[in-house]
This record gives sequence, structure tokens and C-alpha cells, in this order.
Amino acid sequence: MGSEVRAVSAEQVALRDRLIDAGHLIPSGVDGVYGHSAAFEDLREALGTRISAEARTRGATRLTFPPVLPVRQLEATGYLANMPHLAGTVFSFDGDDAAAAVQGTRASAHEDWSEFQAPTGVALMPAACYPVYPALARRGPLPAAGAFIDAGGAWVFRHEPSTDPARRQIFHQHELVRAGTPETVLQWRAQWAQLGLDLLTGLGLEARLDRANDPFFGRRGRLLAANQRAQELKLELLVPIAGPEPTACASFNHHLDHFSSTFAITGAGDDPVHTACLGFGHERIVLALLARHGLDPDRWPAEVQDRLGAPR
Amino acid sequence: MSETTREQIRDVIGAHANLPVDIRELGDAADLFAAGMTSFASVNVMLGLEDTFDVEFPDTMLKRSVFASVDAILEALEALGVALV
Repeated sequence: MGSEVRAVSAEQVALRDRLIDAGHLIPSGVDGVYGHSAAFEDLREALGTRISAEARTRGATRLTFPPVLPVRQLEATGYLANMPHLAGTVFSFDGDDAAAAVQGTRASAHEDWSEFQAPTGVALMPAACYPVYPALARRGPLPAAGAFIDAGGAWVFRHEPSTDPARRQIFHQHELVRAGTPETVLQWRAQWAQLGLDLLTGLGLEARLDRANDPFFGRRGRLLAANQRAQELKLELLVPIAGPEPTACASFNHHLDHFSSTFAITGAGDDPVHTACLGFGHERIVLALLARHGLDPDRWPAEVQDRLGAPR
Repeated sequence: MSETTREQIRDVIGAHANLPVDIRELGDAADLFAAGMTSFASVNVMLGLEDTFDVEFPDTMLKRSVFASVDAILEALEALGVALV
């Protein structure tokens, strides 16, 4: 629990090496930052299409956001206090000709050039649902049925370099967001916990649902995590990928009024507005499928290929 | 005459719990979470108590029930060796 560095198992490192040898992962030299093979991306895109189709048939509206967030929005959410160790903010050059020359010289020698950098006002996206809340607030009061948004598979950044191929610094998180009355949101989360479980087990994965907490930072984080567990605000779908510990491949988060009060999302009547989100980890699910069915998707069971809708 | 420990606890709650009601309207056993204290506000109450009473709550006490009422907080402070007044 909390912000401790997670131990990496020998099985996880061995899987990463096999994936690199097979060409599915293209190492960058930085842990947790990889390119993907065409086969990997075909699977990831098929998965995203499948999730979006499930959401669309249940009334979701698709919105797309870039992988950076205005820093002011990040500041408003409390993320920089609650998960400061995961945040990545974007800096850029701020100086004159002389400073540019020194920066260039130091950079060529791989020395520290950070003193010439200044904040740009944007941060890397920490969670793909974050831009959805201010976008909902801009629309004015929610309709009576609330809102259901599919933010698609979007790039998110978490500063937690690891040799576990399932723990990326940058990856695709496919977020579905529901806003509405407390009862509406709770029912939606229960419905999608089952749909998510059915989706993954239907692909041949041994998924199970469990109570979880966010990786909040430090001592304040321990209390936040304990509160989150006591209130059952976060559930995860755990799937074996490599090693004895299963990996969270999807999470279901009930925010109560945290985002609706932060961004002033109002309802149709007097009922308070709550929000919840469901995030599928695209790469983790693809990794789980490759670990389960083998590194050559052409040789997977036809049933799994059909259910994923993967190109053959 | 200085404040009693309960009054000091109530001052911290009043300053940090961000309750929609006045802390004076709540009894010592009243559930602060039920009264509207959020999880994030409870962290500020925890930090405020540490400042006021010069203690550090151990990991085993960083849980919801410890900060759920004036009585629960009093019991926790006593367990940490705070002399009650």
C-alpha cells in the first residue's frame, strides 16, 4: 500500500525479455517506455474498438482529448498532493541566446540543463478521465439521465519506471465516465464491473474482481487508501500476467462528489451529482492475452480471436 | 484556564474538517464522516492533530475509524500518550 516501489518478479522480467525477442515490445532504453509491433497494436486497437462498441450500445457519447492537461486542472483535483510521485509536468526552454548555447553544450555532454527550463502550464495526462469532468461542467446542468462518456483509449503518464512489462510510464487507458445521481452512478459501476468481468473472461482470461486502493503518496496516502478501501470506492479486475501476483487490468472508481464539486458539475434537480469512472488498461490486457494464449496471435483459439474481433 | 483536550480536538476539527455544520452542534460520539467530512478533509484533520498535540500517528492508526468522532480521536491520542486535560 502507499507509494513504495513495487517489487518486480523474475517471471515479469522474463516475460519482458520474451516480448522484446518476439518483437512485440521495442525497448527505448528507458524502463516502462516501449514501442509496439503491428500485431500488438492490432490487438490493442481491436480491444479498444470492442470496449467502445459495448459503451456505445449502452448510450455512451465518444469524446477525444489530447495527452496533456492544463496544469490548473491538475492543481484543482488534488493530484499534486495525493500522488505527487506519479505526476509529470511539461517544461520548456526559457532563456536568451547565451542560455541556449550553455544548455546545448551541457545537453551534448549529457549534463544537467534543467536550470534553463520553465513550466509550460501543461502536464502529461495522469488519468484519461480527467479532462472529461470540466468538459461536462461546460455543458451546463446534466440532463435527468446524467451523462455517459467514452473517452477512448488515451495516452496517460505515470512516473513509475519498472522492468515489469505491465508497469508502463506511458500507456493507453480506456476510460468510461458516468455522472448522475448517486443511485445512477452506483448502479452503473455495478453493471460495468460485471460487463468488464464478462469481457475479460470471455477472452479466456482468469479475471476476478477485488477491492483496491489508489497508490496515494506517503502518510496522508495511507489514510486516504484506508478510507477508500473502507468505503469500497475502488474495485479492480485482477488478471494473471506473469509471476504469482495478478495484475490490475481494469479499475472501477467511485468518486462520490470529488470531481463534481471540484469542477461544478450540476444536476437536473436538487439531487447531488456523483461521478464514477472505469479504466481499462489496453496494454495490460494485451499482455495478459499474449501471456495466456501465446506470443503468436495467429495461433490463438478462434473463439478468442472472434470475440476480440481481431483481424486475421 | 486552558482548553480541555476535547475542546482542542474540536478546534482542530472546526479548522480542518470542512463540515457543512458547526462542530458545536455535534456530540462527542457523532460520526464526522456522516456529518459530511470527506476523506481528503480527514487527512487535514489528522495533520492538524499531529501539529496541535505534537504526536505522529503510527501506520496502524491511519484508518477511517480513528478519525470518525471526537471520542475516537480522544481515545487514539490517549493511546499515543497524550496527557488528557
